[in-house]
Amino acid sequence: MSVLKIEDLQVSVETEQGTKQILRGVDLTVGEGETHAIMGPNGSGKSTLAYAIAGHPKYHVEGGSVTLDGEEMLDKSVDERARAGLFLAMQYPVEIPGVSVSNFLRTAKTAIDGEAPAIRGWIKDLDASMKALRMDKSFRERNVNEGFSGGEKKRNEILQLELLKPKFAVLDETDSGLDVDALKIVSEGVNRAKENTGLGILLITHYNRILRYVKPDFVHVFVAGKVAEQGGPELAVRLENEGYDRFLADTTVG
Amino acid sequence: MAAPQISETDQPAAPLIDRPDPAQHGLQAHSDGGSAFVPVQTRSERFTSTSPDDFEAVTGREFEWKFVPLAKVAHLISDAVDGSPTAFSYTENGGATVDWIDRTNALIGSAGAPEERASANAWSSAEKALHILVTGEDGQETVIRRDRFDGSARAAHVVIEAAPNSKGTVILEHAGDANLAENVEIVVGDNAQLTVVTVQEWDDSAIHLSSHFARIGRDANLKHVIVSLGGSVVRVNPSFHLVEQGASIDSFGLYFADAGQYFEQRPYVDHVAANTRSRVNYKGALQGEGAHTVWVGDVLIGPHADGTDSYEQNRNLVLSEGTRADSIPNLEIETGNILGAGHASSTGRFDDEQLFYLQSRGITEEEARRLVVRGFLAEIIQQIGSETLEARLSQAIEVELLAAQATE
Ligand SMILES: Nc1ncnc2c1ncn2[C@@H]1O[C@H](COP(=O)(O)OP(=O)(O)OP(=O)(O)O)[C@@H](O)[C@H]1O
Ligand SMILES: [Mg+2]
Repeated sequence: MSVLKIEDLQVSVETEQGTKQILRGVDLTVGEGETHAIMGPNGSGKSTLAYAIAGHPKYHVEGGSVTLDGEEMLDKSVDERARAGLFLAMQYPVEIPGVSVSNFLRTAKTAIDGEAPAIRGWIKDLDASMKALRMDKSFRERNVNEGFSGGEKKRNEILQLELLKPKFAVLDETDSGLDVDALKIVSEGVNRAKENTGLGILLITHYNRILRYVKPDFVHVFVAGKVAEQGGPELAVRLENEGYDRFLADTTVG
Repeated sequence: MAAPQISETDQPAAPLIDRPDPAQHGLQAHSDGGSAFVPVQTRSERFTSTSPDDFEAVTGREFEWKFVPLAKVAHLISDAVDGSPTAFSYTENGGATVDWIDRTNALIGSAGAPEERASANAWSSAEKALHILVTGEDGQETVIRRDRFDGSARAAHVVIEAAPNSKGTVILEHAGDANLAENVEIVVGDNAQLTVVTVQEWDDSAIHLSSHFARIGRDANLKHVIVSLGGSVVRVNPSFHLVEQGASIDSFGLYFADAGQYFEQRPYVDHVAANTRSRVNYKGALQGEGAHTVWVGDVLIGPHADGTDSYEQNRNLVLSEGTRADSIPNLEIETGNILGAGHASSTGRFDDEQLFYLQSRGITEEEARRLVVRGFLAEIIQQIGSETLEARLSQAIEVELLAAQATE
């Protein structure tokens, strides 16, 4: 059984006013096949957690650890972490001019697997995943995320999730900006990945509606850079109704 | 997270005279701070002469010279240069003949005349012209390899002539050292289809100032490709005169400037006759301290060029700090009756966010850079139409990338 373990993670960023502490001791353990929802107010550090796990150079780890099956991830480069089995579906996916989706996907698949995929099987998988995500074939020849709508970018993230088959994925607001149909399509993609590969998920969201399709095992409330409370799916419903007021009594955002 | 850093100016048909503010995309502070000086005269009124003394001494403030590292090229502008023929090699294929012609030959001057002093200096100094006559109709390829120059200052003159109804490709390959000012005339006969590719893979020390002049005949097409990968100062400025009905030009450029290299190209498309068409597409990559590229794209649609269809664009990809890419499109329209005229210029940066995104998918940093540059430049390479050359240039670009990474 694979396990992703985050312990006492402390992260800061450099700002014009100096170093700013954002994560203040995050503890989270995600087991194989488990789905953990993370909810919390704007600016509480959810994306920071996602980027820190993936290894974005802007975020400085001040302390703590992130281990995948006992192996420390924080010492590794971004691409090494991905090859170890981590995946980040970004809140704002980046446009890559000059690189086609198909070229990008094949290069990534080759990097993750350590060898080029067999052509016929690969094309078949790609076609099937794109079809399931209702992405037109023409996207293969377009440059990565260039001119994609918000929803198309999110589908493209899930397409990568399906094809690269990571052990653990952080989905940062993958549901934001999706209409109801797209939300269902994307959720189905996530669920397929769970079923097929036993994917463990950290699902960052503001809304309960995605949790109706991607069922969480645990819900964590993230406030001021740490987990303030945890519970089951019922906590998400309560948060959506009540907001975060009761956690914010003694904190200010930013 | 930061948004992708692409700036774009895409504009439809412009008013009568359109000289947009020169776009200046340096990642380094621009030393003189001001915008580039663009003379208000129209391009067709620019002074021409084959005699260097008809031009005033160059100070570096002229628009033609303002970006060039003048100290490195001043001798080619104002000193005596050796105009004797220099040996070259070429592959025989039956579609073309290659010989030396006298400077008194009527072909000389039939495609254009110098617009600046270095060009005039080369014009008046070259003793003979290398004459490549394309007569084949099957698209044969003639490769002229010019790799026997040396560090001494030289002048050269080349005339590439495509007979009416002919179809062929002429590739000028440049390697080794050079200290060369030259003029290349291209005469495309009626209904001919000519491809001219000039590849600069000079040694790091080489200086090369080249002016190309093309006269494109009725219903004829010229595909013109400039590839600059090596050299210290390399400037290839082509002028394309669409003087007969139905003439068309496809002008492509690809450049990759490393630390300390200066590459300039100023394509000028002169729509004289009606129903002429032009497409200009240049792409450049810059990597390393002091890499500097300049693209100035002039398009003039003259008073009789009704039905003109024209589009020009330049895209630059910046791969590291300390580089500078100048990109200046100019469009002048002197008739209201055109099909279309547009221009685009952008300088995008391969930035840390893009690198992070690719790495987060398991791709190493080196591979990520290669992926982006290869993809970016492939559009131009694919236009060359010579499989051998396309493969070799793709390889050369990989080598550029590896070399640049090794010195980081
Ligand atoms: N480079 C930076 N400079 C200054 N502050 C930063 C920087 N990067 C992040 N922050 C701050 O860190 C805090 C956490 O940001 P983060 O993006 O992780 O929040 P979030 O929980 O994902 O919010 P949202 O729900 O809006 O996506 C915010 O207050 C943000 O302004
Ligand atoms: Mg966020």
